[in-house]
Amino acid sequence: MQLVLEKRAERSNTIALVSPLIAIGLTIVTMTILFAIIGKNPLLALHAYFIAPLTDGYSLQEIAVKATPLVMIAIGLSLCYLANAWNIGAEGQFLIGAVAGSWIAVKTQGTDAGVWVLPAMLVLAAAAGALYALIPAICKVKFGASEILTSLMLVYVADLLLDYLVRGPWRDPNGFNFPTTAEFDPVATVPLLIEGGRLHLGSIIALLVVASAAILLGRTIKGFEIRVVGAAPRAARFGGFNANQLIILTFAVSGALAGLAGIIEVAGPVGHLQPGISPGYGFTAIIVAFLGRLNPIGILIAGLFLALTFIGGEQAQIAMKIPLDVTKVFQGILLFYVLACDSLILYRFKLVFPNRQVARGAG
Amino acid sequence: MQAHQRMLDPTPDGLHSGESPLLQTVGLTKRYGDFLANDSIDIEIWPKEIHALLGENGAGKSTLVKAIYGLIQPSAGEIRWQGERIALSGPSEARSRGIGMVFQHFSLFDNLTVAENVALGLDGKESFKDMSARLEQVSKTYGLPLDPKREVWQLSVGERQRIEIVRALMQDPKFLILDEPTAVLTPQEADQLFVVLERLKAEGRAILYISHKLEEVKRLCDTATILRGGKKIQTCNPRRETAASLARMMVGGEIREVKAAAGRQTTIPRLVVNDLSLAPDEPHGVRLEHISFELKGGEILGIAGVAGNGQDELFAALSGERLAKDPGTVVIEGIAAGHLSITKRRKLGAAFVPEERLGHGTAPRMKLSENALLTGHAASGMVNRGFIDTAATLDTVDKATETFDVRKAKRDPEAASLSGGNLQKFIVGREILRNPAVLVVSQPTWGVDAGAAAVIRQALLDLATAGAAVLVTSQDLDELAEIADRIAVMFHGRLSEPLATRDATREKLGLLMGGSSLEPKEAAHAAGA
Ligand SMILES: Nc1ncnc2c1ncn2[C@@H]1O[C@H](COP(=O)(O)OP(=O)(O)OP(=O)(O)O)[C@@H](O)[C@H]1O
Ligand SMILES: [Mg+2]
Repeated sequence: MQLVLEKRAERSNTIALVSPLIAIGLTIVTMTILFAIIGKNPLLALHAYFIAPLTDGYSLQEIAVKATPLVMIAIGLSLCYLANAWNIGAEGQFLIGAVAGSWIAVKTQGTDAGVWVLPAMLVLAAAAGALYALIPAICKVKFGASEILTSLMLVYVADLLLDYLVRGPWRDPNGFNFPTTAEFDPVATVPLLIEGGRLHLGSIIALLVVASAAILLGRTIKGFEIRVVGAAPRAARFGGFNANQLIILTFAVSGALAGLAGIIEVAGPVGHLQPGISPGYGFTAIIVAFLGRLNPIGILIAGLFLALTFIGGEQAQIAMKIPLDVTKVFQGILLFYVLACDSLILYRFKLVFPNRQVARGAG
Repeated sequence: MQAHQRMLDPTPDGLHSGESPLLQTVGLTKRYGDFLANDSIDIEIWPKEIHALLGENGAGKSTLVKAIYGLIQPSAGEIRWQGERIALSGPSEARSRGIGMVFQHFSLFDNLTVAENVALGLDGKESFKDMSARLEQVSKTYGLPLDPKREVWQLSVGERQRIEIVRALMQDPKFLILDEPTAVLTPQEADQLFVVLERLKAEGRAILYISHKLEEVKRLCDTATILRGGKKIQTCNPRRETAASLARMMVGGEIREVKAAAGRQTTIPRLVVNDLSLAPDEPHGVRLEHISFELKGGEILGIAGVAGNGQDELFAALSGERLAKDPGTVVIEGIAAGHLSITKRRKLGAAFVPEERLGHGTAPRMKLSENALLTGHAASGMVNRGFIDTAATLDTVDKATETFDVRKAKRDPEAASLSGGNLQKFIVGREILRNPAVLVVSQPTWGVDAGAAAVIRQALLDLATAGAAVLVTSQDLDELAEIADRIAVMFHGRLSEPLATRDATREKLGLLMGGSSLEPKEAAHAAGA
């Protein structure tokens, strides 16, 4: 007996809808086993991960705060992936955006610069993220270099640049030698939505990004172009759409969104520039994009779900001493199952009995 | 061979005495939503028989054979193999029982070699080396030459089909299904295929043969089953029928004659090609050399030639999928357009229909309305300040459906769910409805049934009558003779001087297609021969 994958004659739309749910289900089963193996009560652990964060207002706000960068980055990535352009370096674009925006904050520190500071920071961060993403895009278009590798490698460049800046030129002189800039001035800080709360303006921006992407993909010719280039490249060329231009465009847009997410994170919840501003948002956003089926609304939901795993992971660490890295394991397993379940849209499992005919022939 | 040919009639009891049918379907039904693609079909296939499956586009032929091959699950009814009821879980099971199939649309990977493609389609555990050796041997035995090491993208359509056939034969099938194998072949290639099929039949295999070419069915097939609207109409002996009577059974009525409007006026030149030379963009592509012609409004120019002589490259150069350095090489409506993109050329009033309908002419997984937008976004008012006017795209779908009788299960299905011929009608309709000044079309009626082919040819004639310039590339010389005013031949990237259709005898075209020139002496020689 043998288990084989066989191509379906017709694409299964039911599976297309439920595959993310199956993936989540399988992930939870796997996690249960994993918790049991590391000697934690699986039920309590799952409760800490998925239920506890939903029961108090602080955690709910925190979920929205964490979901904000995830959703913004994932929306940009989904545009790339739809157009068959594989941007894996959103993490780097996020960091570069954070650095570029912080530059204004650092330079205007202590001056009486006006309300223009924050908007300028946002614009500069988006521009820097876009330019940074254009490096792999242009290398791809001009020289055929794999954008997967180049965009990924640039993550480490950005990471080290940030590290250098906060340890060197931008270090807070009164910061006891910690690698961090001084706390940003109020004009360089993303305003809170609720006084004393955690929720900030960035979440509204993320919602606007989701709405714009939904309109772009569903209603505009540009969105159509993105979808055709990915789905049927030759037909797209016949339609007059230029795949190379789209690689450039989608990389630029996703870089801009990642850069924007970066500065919002720094000028919002964090409040200053320091290493470790991202727990891997740029990579987790890849999971968000696929779990959300590269669909803006799906991405919003998936972003909230993965934010939940971050918060849940923290709570599980505090309450049950489950290592924080388990969250990363969880996310990795989830991506694995999402991709695996997606192949069931076009393929199905089948049991093959190689000996059946022989047996019948003999009998 | 002919002498002991069985006489067949719809009640084969006495004739196949002693044996049972190799394959039989009983009440086979396939439902898509409310739509019955196959409605309770009974069919019997006997060993040593070439059985034709005939029917209009969308009659359900491909659906039936896909069910027999295990690719789709029937909604009701049964399939019997050598008298025993079987439920196929998939194509691999069908193959292991001895059922082979060659598809209407090829399923090959362009970037892999012939041998790799064959290996992917086989189920056995044979080593790659043994498999390659067997591939060469099978292709030699059946006179289907193939170089196992060449990559598929370098091959002509005929060669690609050979891969599919050889791959099927390597399974040593008792029963081989061919879905419109000759739709894309030149007459010569088709003749070669018939030799192979006769031989397979002599070896005792059965063949189920789908085709829209009725003359060829009469020549080749022992039995014919006719489907209409998903139902079986009749099983008969095609040799005792005429092409017209077969067509009547398929359509359930008479087929319209194609009529050219008398006294068509030619007007200004609308498409001019001046000394167009273009290096191929693929290592094995064809170099276009010094192509020049002028096409006036009201005129249809036919381009004949064996596939792979530069027709695809010429199409790409005319459409703007490939750009020429010198703008003046392609002039559309008096404007030098050689350097303009396909979108700009469409805006000048040109429209294009490529030969490959799935993946080139349409995005298979997108809806028809989106595929209307694919070419309509340039100049058909479907886009308003960057926003898609969905109503306008649906309107194009409805109009094309109505004008060209596109049969489909719902209003706006995915392109890939249409039957081959119906998709072709949609693509041609989509472009003609734009009222182009210049229409460049490749193989307008590939895989289209006789009735629909007449509708498409009529539409091309009407378009020319209305003043458009029409360039038709076709391998079907009868089609060109029927609609073209002049015919030119492509050979090795060069285009011959166009001949007036009444002077373009098969002999002359044949000479040109073989690469000879029609110098006065040679022409005289040919006439004398
Ligand atoms: N997956 C599908 N979903 C919905 N309808 C389908 C699907 N596949 C086929 N159909 C419909 O079933 C009908 C029969 O299609 P089929 O491909 O069998 O036609 P055909 O006889 O092979 O025609 P052609 O000569 O054009 O190839 C068509 O009207 C088609 O639209
Ligand atoms: Mg068909």
